Amino acid sequence: MTQLALVIDLNVCVGCHACVTSCKEWNTSGIAGSMSDDRPYGESPTGNFFNRVQSFEVGQYPNTETVHFPKSCLHCEDPPCVPVCPTGASYKREEDGIVLVDYDKCIGCKYCSWACPYGVREIDEHQKVMKKCTLCVDRIYDESLPEAERKPACVMACPTSARLFGDVHDPDSQVSVAIREEGGYPLMPEWGTKPANHYLPRRKTKLKIHEDELIRADNPLKKEGHLPTPDESTPTLDDSTTW
Amino acid sequence: MHPAFSVIFLTTLIGVGQGLFLALYTGEIYSTLDLLPAQGGQFYVIGSVIAVVFMAAGLLASFFHLGHPERAWRSAARWRTSWLSREVIVLPAVISATVIYGGLHYFGWGMTADVYAVKGLLSPTILVGAAGTVAAFALFLCTGMIYACIKFLQEWASSLTVINYTLFGLASGFALATAYAAYSGSELVSFYGVIAIVTTVVAFITRVASLFRNARIKHKSTLQSALGVRHNRIQQRSQGFMGGSFNTREFFHGASVVWFKSIKWVFLVLVFPVPIALLVAGINAASFDLLAAAFVVQYIGLIAERWFFFAQANHPQNLYYQTVG
Ligand code: SF4
Ligand code: SF4
Repeated sequence: MTQLALVIDLNVCVGCHACVTSCKEWNTSGIAGSMSDDRPYGESPTGNFFNRVQSFEVGQYPNTETVHFPKSCLHCEDPPCVPVCPTGASYKREEDGIVLVDYDKCIGCKYCSWACPYGVREIDEHQKVMKKCTLCVDRIYDESLPEAERKPACVMACPTSARLFGDVHDPDSQVSVAIREEGGYPLMPEWGTKPANHYLPRRKTKLKIHEDELIRADNPLKKEGHLPTPDESTPTLDDSTTW
Repeated sequence: MHPAFSVIFLTTLIGVGQGLFLALYTGEIYSTLDLLPAQGGQFYVIGSVIAVVFMAAGLLASFFHLGHPERAWRSAARWRTSWLSREVIVLPAVISATVIYGGLHYFGWGMTADVYAVKGLLSPTILVGAAGTVAAFALFLCTGMIYACIKFLQEWASSLTVINYTLFGLASGFALATAYAAYSGSELVSFYGVIAIVTTVVAFITRVASLFRNARIKHKSTLQSALGVRHNRIQQRSQGFMGGSFNTREFFHGASVVWFKSIKWVFLVLVFPVPIALLVAGINAASFDLLAAAFVVQYIGLIAERWFFFAQANHPQNLYYQTVG
């Protein structure tokens, strides 16, 4: 079975919102119609987005770190939003695990948004249907696009390659390897939703050196110290080597 | 959660309708067994009409909650998995049962009709009423489970939610039945009145139990689990937008702390002690006005109760929407 998903590397994300605008641009121009905005240039603009980038401060000043945190539908393997939908408008595709909303069936009851712990479903206030990330289902299978571009718009846009896309059920895929080897984790594991999207943690590359590794084990004198300084008149290595 | 008035009216109004129907049917059963004086068919007919009006008004209110009410029929599709879908099926079933029940009484097929050898026991109204009773309790279950089944809305995810919905429906329905009995000069005033008082007292116990439970809830989701970052001090610096979104409107009640806390006391007073006092006084004085006041006060209290029920629920998504930026 295939389960398409995103893997988001928090170590790399710089919080530039390129994925947010690219997502909005692609999906608002799609066949499903625009994603409505209200007062886009007014006092309190609001609108429908599939993807948001948030920023968090971790730690106490001055020892703080900023974590930029992109958030979109996680395409849960056990999505709590799907069984609650009374119309069947919300569904999970068998073939690739993408969770979608059928806009023609949705009655806009908002119950599914209550049943998603991550707050990634947003009602379109004008079309009155529930919307959420589709994993760019209208891009990734589009054979008119060059193969390298059959990826979600956010993945294409990310300037730091913080977003990986692939099949998390294929153990050899780029995403699976990243999850396995870079410590990928799901959000809010406490609810058993089994999100397909994973996040890679902030990580620092550190060299672990133990005290005894600083002391030369093969030191014939068994002690560190300055070597005796050669006499001024004796030739140095530089003098004697000519190459 | 943001309390939506469409849902507040839906749940309170259908509760009254279900309770009133159950009151009518309970009265009829007792009369059939000769435990209470028999009522004329008209008592049941008008009672059923009132119950249907309440449930239909609740159904109407629910349409205001939908973005696409014209597609509402689709919501019966997923009854296998969705409690909301089940409610959508059971509510019309209860309304239909009440209409048929009232209709049978209208055509004189109630238990007073002497065509039945065993006095009334297997009369059509008793059978339809039994089906309606099962449906009415199923409806309480569906309504409560819509909220109780969302496990991460921990304030709701409890059997107390279903119990409270049921008891509030019964209490308000029987309170209305008491006033109705007084108005129509029926002898059932104290019968209904006592049941209304008892269910109100039991509802007080279970609602206070849920208030205690909710006050002590330890939320399983934290900013740490929401982000997957292990640090005791995490603060949001930006939620990613300035002007608000569906997420900031739908999941926060937006009221001040003072308002939020005072609504709790408003409903604790209006739903329990005041109606009980009015019911006691009304039964003793056989006063329709006092009994009607008991129902009206309790209903207003239930609106406050439902508002509080929604406002108190803390959705884990709120962890992601703490700071505008
Ligand atoms: S992240 Fe939310 S909307 Fe997406 S599949 Fe999971 S529960 Fe459903
Ligand atoms: S808002 Fe639409 S997709 Fe969500 S539960 Fe209601 S009908 Fe289903």
